[in-house]
Amino acid sequence: MTETSGPILLWLSSRYENLELAQAVLSHLCRQAGVGEETEHWIGVALREAVANAIKHGNHQDPGKRVYLSFRLEGDDLMIVVGDEGEGFEPGDVPDPLAPENQLKTSGRGIFYMKTFMDDVSFSRGELGGTILAMRKSLRPVEGGKGVETR
Amino acid sequence: MKSTVTTRDAGDVKIIELHGKITIGAGDQQMREAIHAALNGGCRKLLVDMKDVSTIDSSGVGELVGCFTTATHKGAKLKLVNLPPKISDVLTVTQLITVFDVFQDEKEAVASFG
Repeated sequence: MTETSGPILLWLSSRYENLELAQAVLSHLCRQAGVGEETEHWIGVALREAVANAIKHGNHQDPGKRVYLSFRLEGDDLMIVVGDEGEGFEPGDVPDPLAPENQLKTSGRGIFYMKTFMDDVSFSRGELGGTILAMRKSLRPVEGGKGVETR
Repeated sequence: MKSTVTTRDAGDVKIIELHGKITIGAGDQQMREAIHAALNGGCRKLLVDMKDVSTIDSSGVGELVGCFTTATHKGAKLKLVNLPPKISDVLTVTQLITVFDVFQDEKEAVASFG
């Protein structure tokens, strides 16, 4: 894939049902781009974590607050941006889920999964507050077969 | 795929079969409710069958860990069987795969409870 496609932009109300809509758009985009099922799966895991975080921690499930979502193909890269209308947060404050004292905690793994399954993940503060999460995934096929292509 | 949870017995082992997505706002709560119901009903041997789980997110993983801790505190054992590769990967990268007893065969898993 070498073309640069225009972005797909969505504004979602803060409802978990909209995770399915976000996933459906990703699937459509991946089919268009010829992305393999394995890679699409792991991007989908990261996307769901990002949107769920925006709904839960950013917008506190207030359906009146929206989640911004954009997908853009840039050369061999898929760029995903997720924004919320919350108070913002400091990603450095999130405890390491691999630390022994956190191993049995019931939360705190979402950002780790995003960073594991995507190539780049960054956070910034939106102009009107809230958090902007940007993720990049290379769609260039990787030798090594199933599974390896995602890591 | 819609998330559903079904249960059945194999002797004194309660087998909790998860289907579809174990994700926030959907299958995660159903899984917790089914496991807690079994624990509250006196079951002390729980086997979670994940053969038909298509995806799990951090919320589902968190619920699974929470159920494991609750079961342990009640003197019960909670084990996993039939993990699809993608589900195993999700547990492996967070090193949780070492927390659970994981089996690939139901008979072997049931027998392991003693």
